[in-house]
Amino acid sequence: MTALLEIEGLTKHFGGVLANDNVSFGVAEGEILGLLGPNGAGKTTLFNCITGFLPPDRGRVRFAGVDVTGRSASRLARDGLVRTFQIVRVFPDLSALENVVIGALLRHGRVSAARRRALEVLEDVGLAARSNVRARDLTTAERKRLEVARALATDPRALLLDEAMSGLNPREVAEAVALVRRLREGGVTIVLVEHVLEVVMPLADRVVVLQEGRAIADATPAAVSRDPAVIEAYLGPQFIERA
Amino acid sequence: MPRPGLPVIALVAAALVYPLVFGSPAAINVGVLILLFAALGTAWNLLGGYAGQISFGHAVFFGIGAYTSTVLLKEAGLSPWLGMLAGAALAALAAVLLGVPTFRLAGHYFAIATIVIGEIAHTVVRNLDAIGGARGLFLPILPTSLVNYQFHNSRLPYYGIAFGLYALALAATLMVERRRIGYYLRAIREDPTASRSVGVSVLQYKLAAAALSAALTAICGTFYAQYVLFIDSDSVFPLSLSILIALTAILGGAGRAYGPLLGAGVLVPLSEITRIAFGGTGRGADLVIYGALIVLISVAQPGGIAALGDALRRRLPQPA
Repeated sequence: MTALLEIEGLTKHFGGVLANDNVSFGVAEGEILGLLGPNGAGKTTLFNCITGFLPPDRGRVRFAGVDVTGRSASRLARDGLVRTFQIVRVFPDLSALENVVIGALLRHGRVSAARRRALEVLEDVGLAARSNVRARDLTTAERKRLEVARALATDPRALLLDEAMSGLNPREVAEAVALVRRLREGGVTIVLVEHVLEVVMPLADRVVVLQEGRAIADATPAAVSRDPAVIEAYLGPQFIERA
Repeated sequence: MPRPGLPVIALVAAALVYPLVFGSPAAINVGVLILLFAALGTAWNLLGGYAGQISFGHAVFFGIGAYTSTVLLKEAGLSPWLGMLAGAALAALAAVLLGVPTFRLAGHYFAIATIVIGEIAHTVVRNLDAIGGARGLFLPILPTSLVNYQFHNSRLPYYGIAFGLYALALAATLMVERRRIGYYLRAIREDPTASRSVGVSVLQYKLAAAALSAALTAICGTFYAQYVLFIDSDSVFPLSLSILIALTAILGGAGRAYGPLLGAGVLVPLSEITRIAFGGTGRGADLVIYGALIVLISVAQPGGIAALGDALRRRLPQPA
């Protein structure tokens, strides 16, 4: 199977700090890939480089077989590669519906058609009852959900979620996990950035672990959780024997 | 979204009744200025209110409109109506050329850049002897006619044209508001990074808003030249004019279609009153009042006069 999204030798420096060091991996169509790593491992930088918010220093990004390295974020969204943000970014003074309409306008030139699509998506993510509430008045969990809805309304082929679950309570996490599963069933390829292992392990088909900018593991969740390098990265060397 | 029916009908009725009730030339003059500044504020609102790019340099586009039609009239005998279109096109071009570098700047830095550009344009025009320099330009007096865009017996035709200018700017705003571009401009104002993430070409839409805003502002500049029949850099390029244009929209309600009309309805009479009260020495007084108003709005009601209704509704008990 050819990969929908391929990262090859991606490297990014900030001054003397090496945020991503020669990172390579692929994501198959319809897969849920977990991107794990302790805080500061370079996950968000990698996301920014893949989705056109930062130019990589070296390396290539290929999407659907096309080299898209250096394309702008808005162009990549049109190509079908869309992301959400670690710190939630909704349009605060617009209603939930207007937020999602703006996403839907990417594929629907007419506002009336975009509204219909936006209402469908709000229904899908369970925010239909909150359509007319200003985004700034929604709860944190609802705003995270709204951001996913806005991204979904662009009809992406691949959706990159940057810590979509952090800051949610256990019930909200369960709902978010169910939503991600439904999205994949709908044919969307998903990359999840998380530093909470418990969320990713049962959900992901495959996991890539970053540490200090390098990919130190790329395997199934079960294999990764037994990997000494991963345990060392997360817990420290003294835990390897007991694992 | 409410249909515009009622406000539009009320607007047309008020505009028709005003000259019947207040018939004096001075009152008609105030009416002309209210409509002119409502049109200018509405044009500014497309870029400043909807797209959130606060410009304190719109006098540049006003000046381009006034000077383009006037120079073409004086030098080539071109009808001011055609000169108006040339000025609008030139202003739109200038907006795009200035926008490409300045739209990289965010928030206050963009606003500061617009002040600098406005002051540069003001100084350059004052020193450009080929177009009158510091002495300014007198327009040739032509017989009263619509074709000549000059009316010497009554100010009513100017009042009618000013209403047309406002209607044009308002129609443009209502069209933008209901279309993809209107949603995208508000998205850009709210969060440009998030806008990019859902496929909005941020620069392209900012430039479109700037070009439309500049073209409408330039059309008002031509009107001013034909109305006053004398222009110089201090009357059509000053910073105080840029501030007044912005303030009209901000006071009335930035990002709201009818906000600038409300702002003009307050500011123009206020400016006339200070002019009468302080006479020739009152030149600074209006700036003091504008500054105080900006502070008052940002502290008390950032949404402007048009937002007062919303705030009031929120305070009243909600119907079940």
